[in-house]
Formats: sequence, C-alpha cells, structure tokens
Amino acid sequence: MQDNLQSTSYKELEQKSKYTNIFLRWFLYFILILFASYFIFPLYVMVVTSLKTMEEIRQGTLLTWPSSLNFDSWLVAWGGRGYGAGDTFLRPYFWNSIKMVVPAVFFSTFIGAMTGYVLTKWRFKGDQWVFLFLLFGCFIPFQAILLPMARTLGSLGISNSVVGLVLVHTVYGIPFTTLFFRNYYISVPTELVKAARIDGAGFFKIFFKILLPISAPIIVVTVIWQFTQIWNDFLFGSTFSFGEAAPIQVALNNMVLSSTSVKEYNVDMASAIIAGIPTLIVYVLAGKYFIRGLTSGAVKG
Amino acid sequence: MFKWLEKNLPKIVMAPAVGLIGWFVYGFVLWTLYISFTNSKILPKYELWGFGQYEKLWASRKWLISVDNLLVFTALFLIFCIVIGIILAIFLDQKIRAEGVLRTIYLYPMALSFIVTGTAWKWILNPTLGIQKMFIDWGFENFTFDWLVNREMAIYTIVIAGVWQSAGFVMALFLAGLRSVEDEIVKAAKIDGAGLFTVYWKILLPMMRPVFFTSFVILVHISIKSYDLIVALTQGGPGISTTMPALFMTQAAFHKSQVGLSAASAMMMFMAVAAVIIPYLYSELRRENAR
Repeated sequence: MQDNLQSTSYKELEQKSKYTNIFLRWFLYFILILFASYFIFPLYVMVVTSLKTMEEIRQGTLLTWPSSLNFDSWLVAWGGRGYGAGDTFLRPYFWNSIKMVVPAVFFSTFIGAMTGYVLTKWRFKGDQWVFLFLLFGCFIPFQAILLPMARTLGSLGISNSVVGLVLVHTVYGIPFTTLFFRNYYISVPTELVKAARIDGAGFFKIFFKILLPISAPIIVVTVIWQFTQIWNDFLFGSTFSFGEAAPIQVALNNMVLSSTSVKEYNVDMASAIIAGIPTLIVYVLAGKYFIRGLTSGAVKG
Repeated sequence: MFKWLEKNLPKIVMAPAVGLIGWFVYGFVLWTLYISFTNSKILPKYELWGFGQYEKLWASRKWLISVDNLLVFTALFLIFCIVIGIILAIFLDQKIRAEGVLRTIYLYPMALSFIVTGTAWKWILNPTLGIQKMFIDWGFENFTFDWLVNREMAIYTIVIAGVWQSAGFVMALFLAGLRSVEDEIVKAAKIDGAGLFTVYWKILLPMMRPVFFTSFVILVHISIKSYDLIVALTQGGPGISTTMPALFMTQAAFHKSQVGLSAASAMMMFMAVAAVIIPYLYSELRRENAR
C-alpha cells in the first residue's frame, strides 16, 4: 500500500519534471552557446579584420565578413613591404623565438626528468625539502629576480641575445618540469626499480631502460607546457632583449605600438595571428595534454 | 672512488637543478631584498640605507594607484572567473552534446599570449572603429563605449580581457573536480528527492572546496603578476590610471633609474605572493603526506 502510493506520486513528479527538463535543456544550451560566442568573438574579429582592406574596415563593422579573401596584410606582417629602414615585420623575430624555444624546452625538460627521477626513485634524507625548495620557484614573481638577472646576463656577455633568453627560460622552467616528472614518476611502482637494482642495473640504465620508455605522456605534457610558456613569454623577452634579438611577442608589441602615420589594423591583426598560431596549433592538435599540464601544473603548483 | 661516485650519483645529478635554482631564485631574491635597503639609483650601491625606499614607495602616488588598481582588478577578476568557470563546468557536466568542442572553445585563450589577445582586445575596444562603431552602425546612435580611453573605466577593460583569458581555466579545474566525485553520491541524493540544484548547491559545490582554494591561489597569483596584458592593452594609461605593481617595478628599474625603489616594489610583490602561496603549499604537502 505504502509502496504503491509512493510510486504513483513519483510518476506524477516525473511527468511534471519532463517539461521543466526540456525547458532547462534549452536554457542550458543557450547559455553555453552564449559563452562560446563570447570566447570565440575576439578570434573571429582577428581573422576577419586581417583579411579586410583598410577601406573595408572603415566602412564595415567588427563583424562584417570581408568581401574577398585578401592575404596581403599577412604578407606584409610576415615579410614587410620591402622599403628598407623602418619596415618592421615578423619573420626574423619568429625565427628568434624558434631558436630560443627549442633548446630551452629541451634542456628544461631533460633536467626536470632527471630531478623528478631522483626525487622519486633514489630518495634520500630530506628529499621532500629539496622538492619544496625547487617547487617554490614556480611561484616567485619574476619581478624579484629581474634586476640581478639583467646584471648577470650582462657580465656573462649574453644580454640582448637569444642565448641569454635560452638560459633564463631553462632555469625558470626547471621548477615546473621537475614538478611534472616527479608527480608522474611517483606513481610508477618502486618495486620495478628495486628489482632492476638487484639485477645490477645502474642509475642511468634504469632511467633509460625502465622509466624513459613509459614516459611518453609526461614528456608530451611537459614539452607542450614549456613550449607554450616560453613562446608566449613577454616579460623576459622585453626586459632582456631589444632590437634584433627580440622574440616574436616583443616584436609584435613593438609593431602594434609603433606610431606610424596610419594605423593599419589589418596588419596588426595578421601579426597577432602569426604570433599566436604556433601555440594555437599545438593546442588544437594536443589539447588533451595541454589541459593535463595546465591542471596538474596548477593543482600542485 | 668509483664506489663513492656510484653511491652519490643521484645527488650529483640533482646538483645542477638545485644549484641553478639556489642561485637564480633564492640568491637573486636575496640580492633584490638587499638592494631594496640601499639608496641605489642608476647602479646598485651596497651601503645600507634602511627602510628609505619603502617609505618612498608608500608615499608615491603612482604606487598607491598601482596597489589600488591591483585590488580592484584582483577582486573582479576572481569573482568573474570563478562564477563563470563554475557555471560553465556545471552546465558542461549535464551530458551535453559537443562537449569537447565547447570545452576547446572555452579554453583556447589560455594557449595564446597576453600580447596576442591584448592586441585583439585593444582593437575591439577602440572607440573609433571597434564595438562602439558596431553598435552605432546598427542604429544605436548614442551608444558610447570608450572605456579603453576613459581614466575611470580603463581598468575594467583589463578585467574584461583578463576574465576572458582565464575563466576557461577555472572551468577546466572545476570540471575535473566534478568528474572525480563518485556517481553514487549524486544517485543517493536524487533517490532522497534532492533536485539537481540542491545536489550541486548543497552537496557537490561544498565538496569542491579544494578546487576553490586552488583556483583562488592561481588567479591571485596571475593577477599580482599581470604585466603583459596591461602593456598590450593600455601601457598603464590613460595617464597612469591603469598602472599596476608589475608595471611600476619594470618602469622604475629600466626606464627611470630607480633601482632601489624598484627592488622595494618587487619585494612587496614577492611578499604578497608568499602570503598566498606558503599556506597553500603547506596544506598541499600535508594532504599529500596524509595520503
């Protein structure tokens, strides 16, 4: 009896909630799509603007579609107009960034893998403190090291050079890469390492034969994280380099700020896209790993 | 000799990392701390001068405006990022079609630099050809949106761009948090007659306390360090109305030859970050040890 009564009222409730559910569903999608348009809006505006002529920009609005696909501003942003002095364009700075990113990512990832390996598989007294010591480096506001860093680069003779930026990015990447590898290796069973040690395998052999082969996911996460951070850096780039040694973000900012007679917004937008496209491509292709780096790097560091 | 090497190999491998961080992080911070107690101008001087730079700093109108801006920015940035992040995470958690696509859209700004997005926002927000013109062309003839060049309002344009860049990140954190809750808990609550709203408000969100904490720490950290976005969007202007501590520091150090003053401002930033990070690291480590 009691059971029966409960089940009917439950059914009624379900019927009633069906309509509210449909309404809620629509509301849900409406809000989600609304936010999606807010997020996509600037990218859309960037792309459309870069394809318009200045004439079209003045006549239309932010949202108007370009009358034809006109890649001229992209060519100007990349290679300039070819009139010599005062002609700023991104190509050389794009290569500066590549020359800076590749070694810095390599070194910081390698050092991070090694320290992560030691901290989890060759534990020693006080290793927790060493980890904390390194971890704190993730958080310092870089303003607190800018002045001495500028002097150090100067006395090493590598200020205003790509080499200097490689050093800076390698050093300040180590806390993050260590964090990633340490958190990954900690879940690898230590028995595996112990067994190998009993079999007589040494420090490096264990690393290259046992850990490295299973490290592909964390290497991808680390490389993507470091690549994005270093490519997008502006503070170090703008403080420690100028002129010809500048990385792309600095060059982009200079280009946009340079007050030539007429502001060419289409070229500005094309430049911004060029500066953003490498990280955007990586994000679209390997978003899963990017998010993993973001959340694990964040949750723990 | 060989034995010793073998025994200490792990520590030898650790040495470069520890040495580099010891020198370039701890050594450099200590150096900056020392310089903040000297009367250094163009070049660092090493005689101690006491708290003079700190007195000068807190008497400086520009620094006070920086701190004020930082507080306003941080408060709004936190509120909007967390509210939008939670709404998106909860909505995406409802077995949505095309969830992957939406997630990708919400998070892509995190892959771009503040210089790139700042350039885009500057163009969108500029009064002559941007949003204002769009609305006027659509027939709203009296529409004005000149925040970017308005002293009172310019700081809010930085909030708009900052929230746009980071809200998706909070969404990702909360979505991961919500997904890690066992289904049984939600099912049990529903059997007890709890509606969806109650389930989230009374059960799931309170369980997300660590995620709130993490988001809070990361967002405060981002906002104290914010530099690129301001450079790209306003350069601290109009006037000095959108200047912030990070901008103050670099300007004092590299444009105005006030090395001591800039060191003092850097140390203030350092202490602000430490005040947020040290409790966080402490609780994280305790949680890890408890496991």
